[in-house]
Amino acid sequence: MIVNFGRYLILMYRVFSKPEKFRIYFRETIREIENLGLNSIGIVIIISIFIGAVITLQTRYNLESSWIPLYLIGLTARDTILLEFSSTMVGLILAGKVGSNIASEIGHMRITEQIDALEMMGINSASYLILPKMVAAMFFNPFLTVISMVVGIFGGWIAAIVTGALSSADYIYGVQYWFIPFYITYALVKTVVYAFIITSVSAYYGYYVQGGALEVGRASTKGVVYSSILILLTDVILTQLMLA
Amino acid sequence: MIVVENIFKSFGNETVLDDISVTFEKGKTNLIIGRSGSGKTVLMKSIVGLIEVDSGAIYFDGRDFIHMSLKEKQELRKEMGMLFQGAALFDSLTVEENVIFPLQMFTDKSHEEKIERVNFCLKRVNLENVNRLFPAELSGGMKKRVAIARAIVQNPKYLFCDEPNSGLDPKTALVIDDLISEITHEYNITTIVNTHDMNSVMEIGEKVVFIYEGLKCWEGTKDDVLISDNTYLNDFVFASNLAKKIRDLQPKQGN
Repeated sequence: MIVNFGRYLILMYRVFSKPEKFRIYFRETIREIENLGLNSIGIVIIISIFIGAVITLQTRYNLESSWIPLYLIGLTARDTILLEFSSTMVGLILAGKVGSNIASEIGHMRITEQIDALEMMGINSASYLILPKMVAAMFFNPFLTVISMVVGIFGGWIAAIVTGALSSADYIYGVQYWFIPFYITYALVKTVVYAFIITSVSAYYGYYVQGGALEVGRASTKGVVYSSILILLTDVILTQLMLA
Repeated sequence: MIVVENIFKSFGNETVLDDISVTFEKGKTNLIIGRSGSGKTVLMKSIVGLIEVDSGAIYFDGRDFIHMSLKEKQELRKEMGMLFQGAALFDSLTVEENVIFPLQMFTDKSHEEKIERVNFCLKRVNLENVNRLFPAELSGGMKKRVAIARAIVQNPKYLFCDEPNSGLDPKTALVIDDLISEITHEYNITTIVNTHDMNSVMEIGEKVVFIYEGLKCWEGTKDDVLISDNTYLNDFVFASNLAKKIRDLQPKQGN
């Protein structure tokens, strides 16, 4: 584990070295925004709308009391989505989608000697391959989180009116009631940190892969598993630091 | 000229390169030959710094490569071109984008000048009208030729070719061999080729180094290969029935 951490730090040192040509890195970053960010919008929307709906319905069925006003269901759904779902759950989903993509792409380049070819050209392969992915994810994932928040709350509203669990007016009132803007800041800070974890950890496992297709698959799995564990650990730490 | 002095490399308890010293001459195609697993690729990757050696020295025209900083090594590598065993073309880029890549990264030439240089290099390796194709759309021989074009696009002083003929039919292999030899002489560069293909040895082996189980076992020219009395070399060179028959014919022709 210490060896892995040491190699990870060395890799990060190389990743953050001065780029050979900013224009090329910028172009790569734009390409990665499309690859890792824009191509994830679909899955984020689908998952967020259904989870938003489920959160609303579950909250409704767990608050079967005449003492509790129905608008609190909207409030609970909103806060659950803002505080945890849109940052951490979407982070875990992206660790699966984006993390495996990064680890397998870089791992494939390693075993087919494409990384060696970059090194032979005098290019810092670590920086060229990893930095644009990191910057792209750290820049675009907050947008995905905001999309997830909006769509998740919308999904809850759809579920409320379609099932008759509560009225549209109660839900909308609850969503607006006692809104704390800092929750959005908190979620976005977590998202940026998760983006760094997902890209760097997955890239690390892809970059140092040895062997063939089987090992690339294993590296991809490791990237996703370790990213997910670190996301959950960071969630606890950041929550304690920012909300306590 | 590349000088390798007393290099050692081990992986765990296994010694892969054992005190290898050799000089690769400028303007010549220098061949490293040996059986699979003999240490040829490790030797080549050690020379270019993709594998760190345990001890020894490597000099590129007098410049001490081993003790250079990473930045200095990156600078020196801009003077090198390398053809990898599997061509190592970037899958997501077209042929033109693959070849232009080093120019985009390290030169400030205009786009027209870069395209002109790319087309010149592709023409030099006898490839035309393939600029827009992706590596997956090319044959094995074409991939190797694109990789050669990419390797020479920056006018390298040193060219490294790791098993350039692997996976190619004999005729295409000859085309690649001739191309490597022509480019070496045309641009007066130091070329090192890793191979276990005896056809390549007899075609372009101006200097041949034989590696056996991590040791430099023999060196000479392609003409010396057939008349050497080195047992290990003979076992390697005359491994096939065809080669044995040719050897057996030689004394009869002499008589």
